[in-house]
Amino acid sequence: MVKEAVSDGAAVGRPRAAVVRDALGVGVAVGLSGFAFGVTAAGSGISTLQACALSLLVFTGASQFALVGALAAGGNPFTAAAGAFFLGTRNAFYGLRLSQLLRLPRALRPLAAHWVIDETTAVALAQPDRRSARLGFAVTGLSLYVLWNLTTLLGALGAEAIGDTQAWGLDAAGPAVFLALLAPMLTTSTERAVAVLALVLGLGFLPLLPAGVPVLIAALAAPAVLWAKGRRS
Amino acid sequence: MNVWIAIGLTVVGCYAVKLAGLLVPAGALERPVVRRLAALLPVALLAALTAQQTFSSGQALVVDARAAGLAAAGLALLLRAPFLVVVAAAVVVTAGVRALGG
Repeated sequence: MVKEAVSDGAAVGRPRAAVVRDALGVGVAVGLSGFAFGVTAAGSGISTLQACALSLLVFTGASQFALVGALAAGGNPFTAAAGAFFLGTRNAFYGLRLSQLLRLPRALRPLAAHWVIDETTAVALAQPDRRSARLGFAVTGLSLYVLWNLTTLLGALGAEAIGDTQAWGLDAAGPAVFLALLAPMLTTSTERAVAVLALVLGLGFLPLLPAGVPVLIAALAAPAVLWAKGRRS
Repeated sequence: MNVWIAIGLTVVGCYAVKLAGLLVPAGALERPVVRRLAALLPVALLAALTAQQTFSSGQALVVDARAAGLAAAGLALLLRAPFLVVVAAAVVVTAGVRALGG
């Protein structure tokens, strides 16, 4: 999902209203993107019920887009899910940071885990103290979850209603989403090298291997570049 | 049915990694190489997915209206447009090129 820059700068003991305002800003802006997911899912031949199930139960945007994209391309359920899973692995590292920051009671962790995504992490980490971090996490999580699911439903129903999604250019929504997610990650030459190598592998193997497999091979660009860098330094 | 299998696997897998982050003791995943890999995997996957969904039709590589749409999205990103504007730019330009017979 989208990495939002969260403005901070306040001293310890930030006013609750300021935390809520920041959290809602992120939650609403990104929550509305569920519309793009609903549209893309419908254009990929996923039913409205399936699109809504993904938003309700997976709730990590890039993984959802990857899954419907892979299924639309004819990928088998296992390679499609593997790609979505690898995209979701970064959430484990967000959880590591958050568990130290939020110190949630054990009973609450299984519930809070569902909301551990790019945006809730960004808002929580931007806060100067634990109380603000908890508030920011909760408000971002709740507003984003509610809106993401509502707009997924609306997008899927809307795309179904207009029929030929290709004529409306809606098949371009998926790649545009991926590009928007990717762009802020390309900060150093390592990231750019990984992206270029993955692009070459992904397109190069596309005509040769079953759908879904080339993406998984492209994922090897990450360890390959790390290994090459390790050898050089 | 295949779709529901994929959805079920994704639901379980994605929730498991989220929960693992909150539950495992800090340090277990803190090795620098693991952290670097976790940061780079999304880069690789997103780059491959962007390219494939723009330049493929089934198993064939093609250049069609989507390429123009993606270029528009790239331009919108350079201009620091909000997320939904970036997506809308790609959709509108792709539809426009198709309407013109591209």
